[in-house]
Amino acid sequence: MEFIMAIVIGILFMAAVYLILSRSLLRIILGTGLLSHGAHLLLLTMGGLDGTSPPVLAEGVTDYADPLPQALILTAIVISFGVTAFMIVLFFRTYGELKTDNMNLMKGNDEHD
Amino acid sequence: MSLEFVWFIFLPILAAIIVPFLFRAIKNIHTGWFVLIVPVVLFIYYARFVKGILNGEVHISELPWIPSLDISFTAYMDGLSILFSLLITGIGALVVLYSIFYLDKQREKLNNFYVYLLMFMTAMLGIVQSDNTISLYLFWELTSISSFLLIGYWFTRDRSRFGALKSMMITVFGGLMMLGGLVLLSIMGDSYSIRELIANSSSIVGHDYFTLAIVLILLGAFTKSAQFPFYIWLPDAMEAPTPVSAYLHSATMVKAGLYLVARFTPVFATSELWIWLVTGIGLLTLFWGSFFAVKQTDLKAILAFSTVSQLGLIMSLLGASAVAYHVTGEQAAIFKVAAFAAIFHLINHAMFKGSLFMVAGIVDHETGTRDIRKLGGLMSIMPVSFTVAFIGSMSMAGLPPFGGFLSKELFLTSMLSLREFNLFNFDTWGIVFPVIAWIASIFTFVYSFYFVFKTFTGKRKDHELPKKPHEAPLGMLLSPIILAITVVVIFFIPNMVGKAFVNPAVVAMQTGIYTHPGDVGIQVSAWHGWLAPEFLMTLGVIAVGALLFLTMARWQKLYDIQPQYLTLNTLYDSLMIFGETGMNRLSRFYMTGLIRTYFIYMFTFIVTITTGALFIQDAFAVDMNSFSPVNAYGLMTAIILIIAICMVLFAKTRLTAIIALGGVGYSVALFFVIFKAPDLALTQLVIETVSVALFLLAFRYLPSLKSHGETKKIRVGNLLIAAAVGVTMTLIALSAHSQKLIPSISQYYKDTVFTEAAGGNIVNVILVDYRGFDTLFEIAVLGIAAIGVYSMIKLRLSRKEKSDESE
Repeated sequence: MEFIMAIVIGILFMAAVYLILSRSLLRIILGTGLLSHGAHLLLLTMGGLDGTSPPVLAEGVTDYADPLPQALILTAIVISFGVTAFMIVLFFRTYGELKTDNMNLMKGNDEHD
Repeated sequence: MSLEFVWFIFLPILAAIIVPFLFRAIKNIHTGWFVLIVPVVLFIYYARFVKGILNGEVHISELPWIPSLDISFTAYMDGLSILFSLLITGIGALVVLYSIFYLDKQREKLNNFYVYLLMFMTAMLGIVQSDNTISLYLFWELTSISSFLLIGYWFTRDRSRFGALKSMMITVFGGLMMLGGLVLLSIMGDSYSIRELIANSSSIVGHDYFTLAIVLILLGAFTKSAQFPFYIWLPDAMEAPTPVSAYLHSATMVKAGLYLVARFTPVFATSELWIWLVTGIGLLTLFWGSFFAVKQTDLKAILAFSTVSQLGLIMSLLGASAVAYHVTGEQAAIFKVAAFAAIFHLINHAMFKGSLFMVAGIVDHETGTRDIRKLGGLMSIMPVSFTVAFIGSMSMAGLPPFGGFLSKELFLTSMLSLREFNLFNFDTWGIVFPVIAWIASIFTFVYSFYFVFKTFTGKRKDHELPKKPHEAPLGMLLSPIILAITVVVIFFIPNMVGKAFVNPAVVAMQTGIYTHPGDVGIQVSAWHGWLAPEFLMTLGVIAVGALLFLTMARWQKLYDIQPQYLTLNTLYDSLMIFGETGMNRLSRFYMTGLIRTYFIYMFTFIVTITTGALFIQDAFAVDMNSFSPVNAYGLMTAIILIIAICMVLFAKTRLTAIIALGGVGYSVALFFVIFKAPDLALTQLVIETVSVALFLLAFRYLPSLKSHGETKKIRVGNLLIAAAVGVTMTLIALSAHSQKLIPSISQYYKDTVFTEAAGGNIVNVILVDYRGFDTLFEIAVLGIAAIGVYSMIKLRLSRKEKSDESE
């Protein structure tokens, strides 16, 4: 299963990078969303996918899934949500001020050179 | 004499602290009079050392600075240091005296001038007395800085600023190179002390860094002493006030490089490269400087080129003096002359060049111009200045009965003797040395005559002068007169000067050959006999030189053949311009201002570094046995996820993209369910929902998805980079999973979650108990994001400012 997950993670990263390299600001934000999904799945996969029981104590169970990566991912999910929310609002404001979402036009002005 | 004389190095810079107060408090006395006390006191103080050093004593005085790093201000007083210290303080006193009459106390900022000058004096004393290489470097750069300040003294003039910057760039470049050389030297000899380095020189010779250290240290010496091709800063430094030119750029600072070479001769003398570089560059500079001095029309520029050429002469003698280390027996006696000649000429040059600069300053001061084409016939108006200039010039030209004659004879002797040296190809090329020396002497003769006779004889051109010329006041003439008298006196008592000053210096510079100043048995004689080659060469110099001087008007046009774009100054200027525009163009080339470009740099770098490391270190591995069995639900979710990803990628409208992104998020949540992570699944579901809702909230205000003119080429490029990143991540994931080096620490959490933390949900206990700090700051992140979102929506500063402006 880890092999398939590794490929899925690769595809997620690839799609994320492709979107991040585009000129549209909205696509870049979509890309960062995919990137964080990729990172979370990578964390989970690296911890091993062979656990047969969720990490909640239960009678007679010994084979729990690794809890540590899960705790790490939970933290990461919350943080990436905070950042994504911030970015969406930033995008909203940027578009409101600059009236464009074309990254090629957001270069600063030449007067500063 | 056990008094801590290292403190006296700092006397001038300490005195500099009170100079501005004196300048402000006492208006009716020229500040220079107070400053004059410092060099006079120091001169008298240092003069007391002479007798002891003559008897072979050396003095050491240490002031610890950073003892743990073995760095200290160690002053070491031997023949070489005492000679330079006396020159610095003696000529320093004369220059201060001269400057009192040269600089007006009402119009000039005297406080600045004397502070810089005193700072320079400390720096120079520090260089010549330092035994520690690091403190030597410190003082070395202090001379560069104070020289920069002094050249730019009239900072409202463009030429001053240009000259100051140029000298700074070149000397600091050399200084940094020298620092490298000194550090290498300290590594090789395992000491910062120059004395110990000299004592350990046998372990330094042949070390891997030996050649590099020679080149770096010589770069420092050559830039400071204005050797070819680094001499170009010196003519531009003539924008400084004349006392500065006389002091720094003829008598002291430019001799720091010579001091350095002389000081390190015992370490490097065994090297062929050293001898060839020092002698060769010295001779080239000698010839070049003397040749181009005749071209100049500015009095100070003539003197600047003549300084360059004379420094080259001394440098070549220092190089030749290293030969003495290679020969023994009777032959050795011939080569020992070079060291003596170098020091002897160094003294002579400081005297006559100082006086000549002062005369040039007087002429400038009393006529208003330094342009030799406007000057002439000043002899009858300024007889004293003329006499001084005449003595100085004749000494420079090397005519009897002046000091310069003796040193030039010694110089020719040394150059002739190089033919006898039978190592390092000198027997083949040796003949070149006296020939170049002879030609250079002819040009020296010509420019010396050019300097003095074009200024003081010929027709008066009073109508061309900005001021009505008259003789300078006595105070201004005093310093050049004293120097001129010394020039004459040296001719008549050369052996006394030799015994008192030159011999101890030669011993210091050639340790290992001599042990006591009394051992140097070189006698200077003005007369070599009718058939001595030196005498014949001098006759030739006078004959050809006189001929060339008389026909100057005819051949001076030859200088115009050299086109302006082929000069070293043009090279320097274009280097500077290239540095500025070239670097500007370079940063414009890679700093496009486009975020995509920077992302490409980053991703390419990540891919190259990680895959490179993965395969170079042979870290790539796939261990199929470590993988868990394929789960049918997992496989299906993976397919759904990939479809959702493709929808995000190929979405034509923003709504599709946002919903597809939600699809990806829910698939990930499904994965969490399949892989037994209930808390994650819960959080992921909620958060994905909120995110999508946020997107949809902002939806109305967002633009539609546009490609903004991305061409197919750009997309293919993006895809390639993206694919590379994706493949890299897959490879890393596989290899990392296949090589688990240590077991997970999670077993501890599983074992103790109930007994230690009284909980059943291991993930939650980790979040709030075992690793509660993570959670604390994650809460902080959310809080900050919330505040950020709020303030971004509420704060409208820029718009308010705009409306304020329009009102």
